[in-house]
Order: sequence, then structure tokens, then C-alpha cells
Amino acid sequence: MTILAGILILIGLFFFAIGVLGILRFPDFYSRLHAAGKSDSLAAVLVIIGVAIYNLQDPSFGNLLVSLKIMLIAVFIYVASPTATHALTKTALIIGIKPWEKGEKRQ
Amino acid sequence: MMENFILISAIVLILLIMVSLIRVVGGPTVGDRILGGNVVGTKTTVLLLLIGILYENLGMFVDIAIAYALLNFIATLGATKFFLRRGDVGEMVDEAILRHEDIVAETKTSKGGSE
Repeated sequence: MTILAGILILIGLFFFAIGVLGILRFPDFYSRLHAAGKSDSLAAVLVIIGVAIYNLQDPSFGNLLVSLKIMLIAVFIYVASPTATHALTKTALIIGIKPWEKGEKRQ
Repeated sequence: MMENFILISAIVLILLIMVSLIRVVGGPTVGDRILGGNVVGTKTTVLLLLIGILYENLGMFVDIAIAYALLNFIATLGATKFFLRRGDVGEMVDEAILRHEDIVAETKTSKGGSE
């Protein structure tokens, strides 16, 4: 049980690191959004599920309730993070941030 | 042993937050800054849970993490909406300047025609 939680947390940290790498290295705003929006929500959900499993190693009613609350955070992040990314993309298109094209200077 | 693993995970998360602050400080567009803030907020939500395990008081830190996730979402939407409005206002000002120039040009031509 504890080992499963550790593996989930480790995979989540890996995806967080990939997301940060993408944010730093991609050439323009939209591709950075692509890196951040997806890998971040996946990594957050993985780590949160890992914490919920770790919390259940001595099962009692209180711990079950706390784990349920943690899963509520996971569900909320899974809904809210893509919504925020979508709103950000729409705003960037409307206020006129230009997509990068091949051969241009990296932004 | 597991405590040490959680501690190291939390330290790695803090380092990742500090690295993604580069994008918040030096992002070329305003969208990059909002994106960096969103990413830091998501990582902080997770970090609060890990801190809850370390202090062996997860029940309290879960509530803080829920509040932080909600605030992060609302803050991103608010900043997005703010810059959307500001863009609209900028367009309106541009249109007003154009209209004014048209009116000036019309009055000039009508004066020239009358003379």
C-alpha cells in the first residue's frame, strides 16, 4: 500500500518536472500552454491519489473521510485546470499574441 | 523511511516551483506570467498535502489545500477576464481615435470645398 503510494508520487513528480521543462524550453506561448495544461493536471492528480492511498494505511472512519476529501481535490483540479487553460488560450487569441512559426526567433 | 521520501518529494516540488518562477518573472507576454502563476498554484496545492503528511495533521491541511485550489482557479479566471476587458477597451480607444481623425479630415475637406 505504502509502496504503491510512493510509486504514484514518484510518477507525479516526473510529470511535474516534464511540465516545467516544457514551460522553460518551448518557443512560444501556445506550445508552453500545451506543455503546462496537460502534464500539470495529470501530475497533480497522480500525486494527490498517492497521498490519499498513503493516508489509508491505518483505516479508520476519520482517515476515510480525509481521503475522500483529498479525492475531492483531485476531481476539482481535473475539472478546473483545463478550464483555466482554455480561458487563457481564448484571451491570448483575442488580445493578439502571435503563434510562433518555423524560422522565427524564439520568444 | 517513507517520511524521508515525502520530505525529498516536497523539496523537489519547491525546487520546481522556483524554476517555474523564471517564466513568471521573465515571460515575454502577459499570458506567460498568468500561466506561470497557475502552474505555481497547482504545485502549491500538492505541496500543502505533502506538508500535511510531514506534520501528521493531514485533516487540517486538506482543507487549506481545497481553499488554495479554489483560489488558484478563481485568480487565473479573474486575471484572464481582466486582460480580456483591457484588450476590448484598447480596441475601443483605437476606434475612437480613428473616428476622430475621420471627423477632422471630413471637416477639413468640407471647409476646402466651401472655400
